[in-house]
Amino acid sequence: MTARKLTFEIFRYNPEDPESKPHMQEFTLAEEPYMTLFRALNMIREEQDTGLQFDFSCRSAVCGSCGMMVNGRPTLACKTLTSDLADTVRLHPLPAFKLIGDLSVDTGTWFRAMAEQVGAWVHERAPFDPKAVEEPMDDELAAAIYESDRCIECGCCVASCGVANVRPGFVAPAGMNRIARFMMDPRDARSDTDWFDVVSNDDGVFGCIGLMACHDVCPKELPLLEVYAYLRRRALGTAFLKKA
Amino acid sequence: MERIESTDVLVIGGGLAGERCAMEAAAAGLRVSILSLVPPRRSHSCAAQGGMQAALANCFMADGDSPDLHFLDTVRGSDWGADQEVARIFADNAPIAVRELAHFGVPWTRVRSGPNQYHIKGEKVVIDEPAEKAGLIMHRDFGGTAKWRACYAAAGTGHAALYAVDGEVVRLGVNVRDRAEALSLVHDGGRCWGAVTRCLRTGRPGVTLARSTVIATGGYGRIYGKYTTHATINEGTGASLAMDTGLVPLGNMEAVQFHPTGLWPSGILVTEGCRGDGGYLLNRDMERFMVELEPAKQELASRDVVSRHMMQQIIDGKGVNHPAGPHLWLDLRHLGVDHLTTKLREVYEICRDFLGIKPWEELIPVRPTQHYSMGGIRVNKDGEAYSLAGLYAAGEAACWDMHGFNRLGGNSLAETLVAGRIVGQKVAESTRRTRLEIDTSVANEFLDREHARVQSWLNRSGAGQSVYAIRDAIGEIMINKVGIFRTGSDLAEAVEELRVLHDEVDRAVLGCRDPGVNPELSFALRLKGMARLALVAAKGALARTESRGAHCRVDFPDRDDSNWLNRTLVRWGRDDADPAFEYEPVGLLDLPPGHRGYGKASHVEMTESLDAYNEAVIDQQRRHGMRDPGEPVGSALKPGAWRDAEARAGLKAIEAGQSR
Ligand SMILES: Cc1cc2nc3c(=O)[nH]c(=O)nc-3n(C[C@H](O)[C@H](O)[C@H](O)COP(=O)(O)OP(=O)(O)OC[C@H]3O[C@@H](n4cnc5c(N)ncnc54)[C@H](O)[C@@H]3O)c2cc1C
Ligand code: FES
Repeated sequence: MTARKLTFEIFRYNPEDPESKPHMQEFTLAEEPYMTLFRALNMIREEQDTGLQFDFSCRSAVCGSCGMMVNGRPTLACKTLTSDLADTVRLHPLPAFKLIGDLSVDTGTWFRAMAEQVGAWVHERAPFDPKAVEEPMDDELAAAIYESDRCIECGCCVASCGVANVRPGFVAPAGMNRIARFMMDPRDARSDTDWFDVVSNDDGVFGCIGLMACHDVCPKELPLLEVYAYLRRRALGTAFLKKA
Repeated sequence: MERIESTDVLVIGGGLAGERCAMEAAAAGLRVSILSLVPPRRSHSCAAQGGMQAALANCFMADGDSPDLHFLDTVRGSDWGADQEVARIFADNAPIAVRELAHFGVPWTRVRSGPNQYHIKGEKVVIDEPAEKAGLIMHRDFGGTAKWRACYAAAGTGHAALYAVDGEVVRLGVNVRDRAEALSLVHDGGRCWGAVTRCLRTGRPGVTLARSTVIATGGYGRIYGKYTTHATINEGTGASLAMDTGLVPLGNMEAVQFHPTGLWPSGILVTEGCRGDGGYLLNRDMERFMVELEPAKQELASRDVVSRHMMQQIIDGKGVNHPAGPHLWLDLRHLGVDHLTTKLREVYEICRDFLGIKPWEELIPVRPTQHYSMGGIRVNKDGEAYSLAGLYAAGEAACWDMHGFNRLGGNSLAETLVAGRIVGQKVAESTRRTRLEIDTSVANEFLDREHARVQSWLNRSGAGQSVYAIRDAIGEIMINKVGIFRTGSDLAEAVEELRVLHDEVDRAVLGCRDPGVNPELSFALRLKGMARLALVAAKGALARTESRGAHCRVDFPDRDDSNWLNRTLVRWGRDDADPAFEYEPVGLLDLPPGHRGYGKASHVEMTESLDAYNEAVIDQQRRHGMRDPGEPVGSALKPGAWRDAEARAGLKAIEAGQSR
């Protein structure tokens, strides 16, 4: 069996180079068994153009480094098999984030700002006591918290979000998921009224216009639709309480 | 354009060890900066799935567990290469570290009271978990331990821990500079004062001066090229930075752990569980070679034994060809779709996502790969580096040394947090006592040196090899000759070949000279360090004429406590021609050397008495550069506390439980 010839059309632009202009560049590669975009992009860089910028770290879909647009859809490059793609593959950087170069974007700054905005840590009730046995927690609840803690901050949902692309302060689906994660955690001392200020404005849940592309693109298959519904319910509930 | 900034504490590395350490210093009111190649949450700590060892003794199969038993397992596991006082500090503090993570929000899997069904050695067992333990942190079996001890958050322990700790880092307002790399340490020969840095967004150099500097850069698996379960960023730069000073020694760089089933060609870890559940290994001729070679245990023989036979198959030409190199097959087809999509769900997902296959229909390509680096920057029990004040190291980058020559699964995540806490406190104390007293001209000298290094790469032309070709060649030598099973002749060849490659680095030529970060240049700046680490690992392995833990010399199969109950130390300044090797005692011995309880039973007994050995430890270690810790060496040891630990553990209870 002869290997398929793959053509990659890759977005190129190096903001640090005054000569560089955004353009698409073509590379070709012979396909290999079990080839992922991790291997393909590294082969292109190592054999054809050593200046090509992209990000991988874990190459096992757990670190969230490698989000990019594959044929117009945001996804993790490391778990994209070339065997699932047509002969020609178009690669762009994720929109909504600042471009570092080529396929590499600055997700670190965005996620740190979001973490600060939503207070993405357990707001403690009391200081840690090293001598005490841990507080018991029902395993069902632990499992539920784990489920929403699974977000790897790859930015695919942010890139797919119509609002996040035009409103920089919007917490976006990843931010809403974080809020829900801490809201359901009984160790967090924040009350519904504390949360109301975070959630109930145009940078929070009310900023969402309900396109829900995020739900379909999430590489970790987080139930973002449910997260959104849960937050809206909670926010509306608090709004009623406030009025009453 | 070039800038010098200052802070109180500089932490190089944003994984669990670095961040936990940074938290401690920030909570003490110090200004802390973290440098990380990637946003901290993308550090390799996030990839650990299995669990974190801590003797909480919460579930039935953990009943009677104690830090004393954890200490015993750790020291035995290390094949007596560990510093036993550090193993003791670790075992005593691991429960605190795990509970503290619960406080920070880690959703640990919890004990469910009443009847629970578990898989124990391939069999279904029902065990009643007592009501009074309901909701406490659950344990699972992780191999090599007397009790179930690994605490876990479903299938994402490292992820959950890293996110919780990073949340605290954000809460404390720690300054995190992601996409920033430390290129060299700034020091005045006696004290470390920060690092020369490079921004990985723009390529711009800078200096961060600090009263204390911590290296927490993780492991150096990538010196094994693609033959590693490590992330692409685990290139051992932290160890290189320390070694470059010529002052700080690295410890036990030859102590490297391997895993039999790395997925091919990516190297992603495939859990032991699939062999535990009955998976077969096949060669290109579809022969189940383990049946013939290990009739008793077959595929269930220990990690090292399985890895060795697999390597031999590949060397004998019985591997399956792939453009990236030969591999073997893992056959799970007979386990069936139900088992694979439930009990081995993670394996199924790996097959689906990274191979595009259904493991109940097709074979899985695997081969042995590097998995953990026991060696690293040699530090005292406070985490302070030998021979250079103000420099600390923690986590996989350090040789603190609780792992000796073999790390137990689940002990390394726990180490990052225990060490992070303890070293962070020591850093905070000593930083408060220190004033920043460094001439900016010294800092500028270090900056100029790095600048010159960058320029030399950019200006070089000629017919040299590519940096990637050199990297690959180093990886091939390391896996084939400094790998799982080692011989004097292979190692001697490796040393020679690595030396050639090491010199080749200075002639290598870049293809890209674009302004900005230039990914090829970024890698090139690390390559010399990687070659140096590879060379000292190979030389250390050649010199150590015994087998201990993961260091397995076919030509010297016995552990030799009369000659080698010691730790390798190597110093090699960037401008020195050759590395210098020395050996120090492993530390105070509390548990006398004996049989590990698994693996080979024979060893050469020590000739010295325990007392005579212990008598000399402190002086010798001082002579090798150990700086005096805050509390005297030995103060945390609790001599003999392990003595009745096994009796206390109530083994009978376990048997009763299993028979239900
Ligand atoms: C696949 C896999 C599974 C594992 N599973 C388990 C498990 O179940 N249980 C267990 O106990 N252990 C496990 N381990 C081991 C454990 O995960 C690691 O030992 C541990 O997480 C290392 O943490 P660390 O903080 O020392 O380093 P890392 O998490 O690797 O962090 C290193 C940090 O240093 C930064 N860095 C590196 N070089 C530089 C530089 N020059 N300048 C600036 N920053 C730099 C990186 O950006 C990163 O932030 C596993 C390891 C692997 C590979
Ligand atoms: S490289 Fe880590 S998620 Fe793809």
